[in-house]
Amino acid sequence: MNGKRNLVRSFTTPFGDVPAPAAFIAATTVWVAVLGTWAVATYGGYVADMFLPVPDAVIRRAWKLASDGTLFVHLWSSVEVVLLGFTVSAAIAVPLGLYMGTYKIVQAALEPLVNFIRYLPVTSLVPLFILWIGIGIGQRITVIFFGTFFSQLIMISDEARAVSRDLVNASYTLGTTRREAVWHVIFPAALPGIINTLRVTMGWAWTYLVVAELVAANSGLGFISLKAMRGFQVDTIFLAIFLIGLLGLITDMGFRLMRRWLCPWAA
Amino acid sequence: MTNTRGSLSIQNVSLSYGKAEKRVLALDGISFEVRSNQFTVIVGPSGCGKSSLLYIAAGLLEASAGGVTASGRLVEAPGADRGMVFQSYTLFPWLTVRDNIGYGLRRKSMPAAEREAIVARYLDEVGLTAFAGHYPKQLSGGMMQRVAIARALANDPDILLMDEPFGALDSQTRHSMQKLLLRVWEQSQKTVAFVTHDIDEAILLGDRVIVMTARPGKVKADIEINIPRPRAPEIELESEFISLKRRILNELRGEIDEDH
Repeated sequence: MNGKRNLVRSFTTPFGDVPAPAAFIAATTVWVAVLGTWAVATYGGYVADMFLPVPDAVIRRAWKLASDGTLFVHLWSSVEVVLLGFTVSAAIAVPLGLYMGTYKIVQAALEPLVNFIRYLPVTSLVPLFILWIGIGIGQRITVIFFGTFFSQLIMISDEARAVSRDLVNASYTLGTTRREAVWHVIFPAALPGIINTLRVTMGWAWTYLVVAELVAANSGLGFISLKAMRGFQVDTIFLAIFLIGLLGLITDMGFRLMRRWLCPWAA
Repeated sequence: MTNTRGSLSIQNVSLSYGKAEKRVLALDGISFEVRSNQFTVIVGPSGCGKSSLLYIAAGLLEASAGGVTASGRLVEAPGADRGMVFQSYTLFPWLTVRDNIGYGLRRKSMPAAEREAIVARYLDEVGLTAFAGHYPKQLSGGMMQRVAIARALANDPDILLMDEPFGALDSQTRHSMQKLLLRVWEQSQKTVAFVTHDIDEAILLGDRVIVMTARPGKVKADIEINIPRPRAPEIELESEFISLKRRILNELRGEIDEDH
């Protein structure tokens, strides 16, 4: 009785901790409710299956596409584009953002241009990219790069700029040179924030991937989704949406693990 | 001007900041000499620029006029010869206690075995051997400042600059830190310039107390503390201590009244 009251109390306390099993049950309940509503709406015949497929139709579709291998072709096509576009973007944005946050002159030089490009909707550039690069994988990678790079750069430079001056000062009094301070002090101090930035922008990369695939592509989850719309195969659309969500969840978990592994001190 | 290792000479240092009519004079022609191995405490009302003076000595801040020489050399940039302990917590959060203490030695590329021996000695000195593998986040404020002191001393600087290192600690922790610093300093006998606004702390620790005026900071009094060492906090009840405290308080009182 007392235990139950404590539990209710911990649920209703702002920022109160909740036992792990309770958190698990809460999350499962929401999933079951969503899937249950879906099942009732479709099996109950409340919604036409042209608009909302029955759950087992999605599973059968997944099985069918998986057994002839096309599912994996399209899955890999999407993953490949996201990974390439995101990696190229991060590989430039991390060091450049670090210098931009550290050295005011680099900030002064880059920030006006970067902010101009950052607020351009990437979608407005897509026709240009198609004209320049065509509709191959290069075009989709370019869309992802443009969608993530400039914001990554600004966010990472903010992380670097937020590093405590006294931390840098302390390192100087211990014999660190000004040049060493960037990689020996500012980088490790900003690393948890940098990983968070990468995690957030990875979500955007998935968004721009689908945009790119819907506009012009001949493979990928966005592509099969668009093709399915033309053939009224709503189950395929659901499958594609589900897989994109699942991949997003997996990459998000990957970044969480990476942060825990690289920055155990910030946990 | 002395030329020996560990001496610190503040020569006519002024500091002003801000632009045009908003220009503020923070330090106004400060001069004093600190002998090698002397423990000098600087006290003054808040905003008198005593911390700025320490930053100038460290080479972290540039004086508007005048200069500082450390061990006979003009200070132009920060360097490992002038270690510093800050009021804010400045341990590197991504390094364990052990690696924080060894940071400066690693920068000097000291061989690992030698480094580890020094780190172990200072871990023991500040009583944190059991916490060697902890990250700063897992430590209390007092423990963090103990590591900061160990980190500065392990690097073997000629001069140790301490900017209100115990200012953020509760009074009980502060007392035990003062005892620890007395013990460590009485063994190492380094030149120390220590900034505080706590008069008891100043008399307990210092060979000499420099009293600064309110802004713009000038040297108002320079008082020798001839209480024999080793000292313990119990001396705070002795008449000699109390008369010194009265003298310093009188010097400061005028300044604080003017200020408020």
